Amino acid sequence: MNEILNLKNAFKTYGKTQVLKDINFKLNKSEVISLLGDNGAGKSTLIKCLSGLEKFDKAELIINEKKVNLKNYDIKNARDLGFETVYQESSVGLEQEIFRNIFLGREITNTFGFINIKKEQEVSMHLLQNFLGLRGVGINPNSKVSSLSGGERQGLAIARAIYFDSKVIILDEPTTALAIKEVGKVLNFIKTLQEHEKSCILITHNISHAYEVSNRFIILERGEIKADIKKDDISLIELQSKLLTIQNEYQ
Amino acid sequence: MKEKYIYQISILVILFVILTLFITTVPEVFLQSRIYISYLSIIPFSMILALSLTPLIIAKEIDLSFPSIMAVSGYIFAQSYLSFDNTFIAFFLCLGFGFFAGLFNGLIVVKIGVPSIIATIGSQFLFRGLAMILSGGTALSIMEIKESFISDLFTGRWFGFFPAQSFWVILFAVLIWFILFKHKFGNSVLFIGDNKKAANMMGINTDKTRIILFIQMGIMSSFCAVLLTLEMANWWPTNGEGYLLLVFASIFIGGTSVFGGSGTIFGTFIGAIIIGIIESGIIAMGLDGFYTRFIYGVIILIAVCVHAKILNKGKV
Ligand SMILES: Nc1ncnc2c1ncn2[C@@H]1O[C@H](COP(=O)(O)OP(=O)(O)OP(=O)(O)O)[C@@H](O)[C@H]1O
Ligand SMILES: [Mg+2]
Repeated sequence: MNEILNLKNAFKTYGKTQVLKDINFKLNKSEVISLLGDNGAGKSTLIKCLSGLEKFDKAELIINEKKVNLKNYDIKNARDLGFETVYQESSVGLEQEIFRNIFLGREITNTFGFINIKKEQEVSMHLLQNFLGLRGVGINPNSKVSSLSGGERQGLAIARAIYFDSKVIILDEPTTALAIKEVGKVLNFIKTLQEHEKSCILITHNISHAYEVSNRFIILERGEIKADIKKDDISLIELQSKLLTIQNEYQ
Repeated sequence: MKEKYIYQISILVILFVILTLFITTVPEVFLQSRIYISYLSIIPFSMILALSLTPLIIAKEIDLSFPSIMAVSGYIFAQSYLSFDNTFIAFFLCLGFGFFAGLFNGLIVVKIGVPSIIATIGSQFLFRGLAMILSGGTALSIMEIKESFISDLFTGRWFGFFPAQSFWVILFAVLIWFILFKHKFGNSVLFIGDNKKAANMMGINTDKTRIILFIQMGIMSSFCAVLLTLEMANWWPTNGEGYLLLVFASIFIGGTSVFGGSGTIFGTFIGAIIIGIIESGIIAMGLDGFYTRFIYGVIILIAVCVHAKILNKGKV
């Protein structure tokens, strides 16, 4: 009953490159997993397939103890199952207003599909102030996203993911563009997820961040899982040297 | 807030400058209602096309085939009216062709992956050729259609003077504005033009949305052909040919961005009026008709330069 996600024998190729080779892993309720590994290891590819943006070539995916039909599995599907993803690449529309960005793809509408713009603006204002802590005079839900800084844009993408009360939040390098204070906010947020019985898959190159917030570490190298370790079984120093050893084997 | 409407305001200013120029130089024409009524009957044709094309441009797509879709649709409308003597059958067959022509364009662009500028250059020839083959290159005259209900409905003179097509184009403008800026479909269109990858990541069905845009353009081209055929009471094989550049000019002087992701329906609306009033204004001023194109050029360049300046100012 604790198991939220179970991925078995997953493969993925781009053209001739085998990016994912026989991936197997489970995610439990209230668990935070860090996905670690070198550049090009296949971390982003794995979460793109999990979130429905890309398709596995072959895999068995079980979510909430039900087998998922991977043929029809797309982002909408994943969201309905409670998965919310913040991708590494920019996923905002720069020329559009902040409120439109927050609600893109799940607008608050009436039965005819017309948007309740006022409501969206109110909720956006709330998110801007309380999550992003943006209180600048110029900041309002009607500003274009192009008027935000890089970090604020990333914060916006995270805030958007959080607002929609999902069961699993997937974050692909969420802190790379952020200042220390903002990084602290994101890490704190990840810690509070567990209290609300939510799970998280975090991709990061910062091992101490990973160690601070996760319960488990999965090390991916050249598309294969090389280690799957509980936090209780390893110290930060050991984790660091383990990661280095694995990466050096492949140099 | 002011920033947001700056395109709309600048295009309005341009319209008023042009109108003032006309009124002061030839008051005997431009202080009479006749010229305005003639504008109300002529401008809706290119305006409908421009309004319909604006969302496609915003989504970073283009359709160059609409004049040819008009030619085939107009032929189907006129010929099936002559064959079946039923305006409703003619109307629906005509719009049906527009639907399939738009679907055809959309599938080539979205499913096969041909850039829309190339795909619709191809289909533009294809449809124009189809019109030629079907008609054998000869025009059709349908004077009797002026007596029909559909003619009154779409191009009649309401209250004895008001051209019905003006009402329909205004209705269409309002509708498309609501869909673009207040409906979730329009939201998808804006984001597709802005950042298609992001739209995909947020679960927008970008393929379906773009195909719908092409279909919409096809149907509205056919509808425009119906209006034109009803107004003129005849059809000729080069039907629609003159509209291509005027429609693009209307959109771009209105302030819609070539880069996609932003645009204005109001701008297109005023842009189409500006383009529409120039020609007869020039002739009324006593200038040779040969000047028309030259002056179009001047106005289009001034408008797009103003827009570019505003755009650059916004980007600090
Ligand atoms: N769309 C694509 N087409 C072809 N190859 C791709 C594509 N996306 C990723 N790859 C390749 O797949 C491999 C894994 O890429 P991926 O983005 O998953 O790496 P990553 O582990 O997220 O790396 P990083 O830490 O740098 O973000 C890389 O070798 C990359 O070149
Ligand atoms: Mg990556």
